[in-house]
Amino acid sequence: MPRLSVWFVRASLIYLMVGFTLGALLLANKGVFLHPLVWRLLPAHIELLLMGWVVLLALGVAFWILPRWQTKRGNEKPAWAALLLINLGLWCVIAAAWLPGYDDLLWWGRSLEALGVAAFAFHAWPRVKPWVEG
Amino acid sequence: MPPITRTYVKTALVYLVLALMGGVFVTLRPVAQLVPWIAAFTPLYFHFFMVGWVTQLIMGIAYWMFPRKSKQQPRGSERLAWAAYWLLNLGLVLRLVAEPALTLTPLALWSWLLILSATLQWLGGACFVANTWPRVKEK
Repeated sequence: MPRLSVWFVRASLIYLMVGFTLGALLLANKGVFLHPLVWRLLPAHIELLLMGWVVLLALGVAFWILPRWQTKRGNEKPAWAALLLINLGLWCVIAAAWLPGYDDLLWWGRSLEALGVAAFAFHAWPRVKPWVEG
Repeated sequence: MPPITRTYVKTALVYLVLALMGGVFVTLRPVAQLVPWIAAFTPLYFHFFMVGWVTQLIMGIAYWMFPRKSKQQPRGSERLAWAAYWLLNLGLVLRLVAEPALTLTPLALWSWLLILSATLQWLGGACFVANTWPRVKEK
């Protein structure tokens, strides 16, 4: 597994555990009321599991297994940028739910995530090709 | 495909069908207002899809395809992989029972079953991460 995929997948495993922890708190709170602030964890729970767990894992595995040129994976810089941008965006989106004065944060978070996945698509596009080059 | 992966993938497919059936059920809410507990199926619908289908499918395929941990234990601990499977699924099934039941009758039993469900699912995720983490490494 290449180094970048290790970063993507390990980050996704961490997000899975943090997302599951928040989810467990939310579910337990339905059974026995813990604290009124627990419900404010819901956006973070969703973001961590959708973007953090599912999307980062998918991109990490895609970087690893998509067709290559001999041993080369093409221009890796956009894929590294994707890792950085998606993580930054994710934390901005999560923080936005807890910092009501910073309304722009959600916009910035979503924009960084969108830029990140666009950068990854730019990297991956030429790798989506037949195994035998014509 | 190892037996654990087959079990994960087949169970994931069952959850996909159940989740989409749940989706149909949830749409009945406006025409079945006399059944208040239908609302309790909305979070179940999402979680059967995201945990039962997506996450469980990933867990099964990752166990099969991720880099080998070692020659002695190429796929890590089989016990941990089975533990993750049973904990996650037991937690999900408990939620299927307890969440709508709590809407119908606010018994302490249902509340504690929900807490148990949350704990079991968390432990299932932890077992999966513990078993998978050492396999996520550079060649």
